[in-house]
Amino acid sequence: MAVTKSMKIKRSPGDQLVQVIIYLVVGLFALVTVLPFIYVIAGSFATERELTERAFFLIPKTISFNAYQYIFKTGDAIRGLGNSIYVTVVGVIINMVFSCTLAYPLSRPYFKGRKFFTNMVIVTMLFSGGMIPSYMLIANVLHLKNSFWALWLPGAINPFNMIIIKNYFQGLPAELEEAARIDGCHDFQIFLKIILPTSKPVLASVSLFYAVTHWNSYFNAMMYISDKSKEVIQIVLRRIVFLTSSVAMDSGFDWGVFGTPPEKAVKMATTVVATIPILLIYPFVQKYFTQGVMVGSVKG
Amino acid sequence: MARDATLVKPKPKTESWKHALQAHKWLYIMIIPGVLYMVIFNYLPMGGLVMAFQNFSPYNGDSIIGAFIQSPFAGLDVFKKLFTGPDFFMLLRNTLSISITSLIFFFPAPIILALFLNEIKSTAYKRLSQTLVYIPHFISIVITAALTAQLFSTTDGIVYHWLVQIFGKANAPDIMSNPNLFVPMIVGQNIWKETGYGTIVFLAALSGVDVQLYEAAEVDGANRWQKMWHITLPAIKGTIIIMLILKVGSILSTGYEQIFLMQNSMNRSVSDVFDTYIYTKGVINGNYSLATATGLFKSIVSMIMVLGANKIAKLFGESGFY
Repeated sequence: MAVTKSMKIKRSPGDQLVQVIIYLVVGLFALVTVLPFIYVIAGSFATERELTERAFFLIPKTISFNAYQYIFKTGDAIRGLGNSIYVTVVGVIINMVFSCTLAYPLSRPYFKGRKFFTNMVIVTMLFSGGMIPSYMLIANVLHLKNSFWALWLPGAINPFNMIIIKNYFQGLPAELEEAARIDGCHDFQIFLKIILPTSKPVLASVSLFYAVTHWNSYFNAMMYISDKSKEVIQIVLRRIVFLTSSVAMDSGFDWGVFGTPPEKAVKMATTVVATIPILLIYPFVQKYFTQGVMVGSVKG
Repeated sequence: MARDATLVKPKPKTESWKHALQAHKWLYIMIIPGVLYMVIFNYLPMGGLVMAFQNFSPYNGDSIIGAFIQSPFAGLDVFKKLFTGPDFFMLLRNTLSISITSLIFFFPAPIILALFLNEIKSTAYKRLSQTLVYIPHFISIVITAALTAQLFSTTDGIVYHWLVQIFGKANAPDIMSNPNLFVPMIVGQNIWKETGYGTIVFLAALSGVDVQLYEAAEVDGANRWQKMWHITLPAIKGTIIIMLILKVGSILSTGYEQIFLMQNSMNRSVSDVFDTYIYTKGVINGNYSLATATGLFKSIVSMIMVLGANKIAKLFGESGFY
């Protein structure tokens, strides 16, 4: 085939050099994105002494679990993790119920009022009341301070995510729905039995978008939640890394053979605890993220 | 046909509301939660913008609604105070210096990386790099800030330690507290965190390019740059423009989460931006009117910017944002 032959046209040395540079730049960038994580994971298992004495290492000489012991003992990070998981799971369910039930009517061409409601969504994307009116609504009108509802309700529908779902619904073949309608299903039954099951890929993607938002958000939690028992992991992390200058010299804690409280290691270990859940599930769900962005980037 | 009675064909001009409500009752029931949500959490706060034209105090009246009614009307006084106040120029300068620096350095980064990734022939190498560079996007800004603090700390930061070895103790950049390095630090964090993930939309657009175009170009003797210029870039032009419109729309929104985390007493002169100002004035100091007015100013500017950029894109024959 002429085409495959043409692909083997010899590259000039200069062009090959460019190719090498491209590989190097991409590789370097990838390295820079992951090295901090590896260093922090390694550091969290190191002794305080090694952390101050050795400049850089990816494997500590002495493995120490002191930092993790401390974290488990004080319990803040673990409770934070628990709260974050709870906030994320319930939050995503709320997000998906609100987003899908709005997306479905908007995706139906025969839905009278479609244009009006779609415009209603677009206006919220272009203009908003801003932080203060929302804050007053949640804090002073709805009295949701120190309630997880303050984290769930305000962002229940992200218009961009909702539109991704809507576009996907719109792209489903009309025959699916027609067949169900002949069988006597009404709109809500069609939505539950036909539309949702055939939309699993986009539902997975958008659920993950929402999950990442919930897991990572800290500002709302900082504004609305002051009750320590309801702290999410990001708040705990911020407190330990930025606000505590030194880890409490807990006299009731036996630091074992390594002696000093591993302040730096504790900061690193808390970072690891907050990061690990995401890194653990990431390889399994990565394809849904890219898929979701691709679906979303097709305009509808 | 009997089928037509149930399968309502779109006849928007003649179809009455009564008929629509009967035939698709469930669609109207389904939309209730979403509409209620938007009314309460998007539209009701817009009503709260009235605070920007009042000397609002929550202690006026005996309920929050009473406070709105009884707070004295101030016309445009609050805006006058905002625009002529000592903070406004500083806020505008700080906000713009972050967003313009980010427009110049951060905006092109994913495009460049996507072009690079597109040139990589080895699927395994490409996939591995992609997997790695996407990771920081899924990490919270708190962790990004925590990593920055741990790596660049002047007492025990590993990167700072290297910088000292390279530049010497006196010249080593202390990005955590040097005000001159605040903007590069913020933009640098964004580049580190979002460049990889940002490539996805461009790679998606590139995946639609017919490989035969490249092959034909090669047969015609086109070199790498010519192929990039004439095939690759036109393929992602539309995506670039949409991303640019969105970016321009948020020119006054630097976000508060990241800035708030990286802000400290040493860099406050350059790190106070509109978003942090709104939070501090409103939520912390309780000056609701001033904070709301600042927010309204921001919202209006960003709306004008989005609509304007969209219009310009359309003038140049692009499809624009909507």
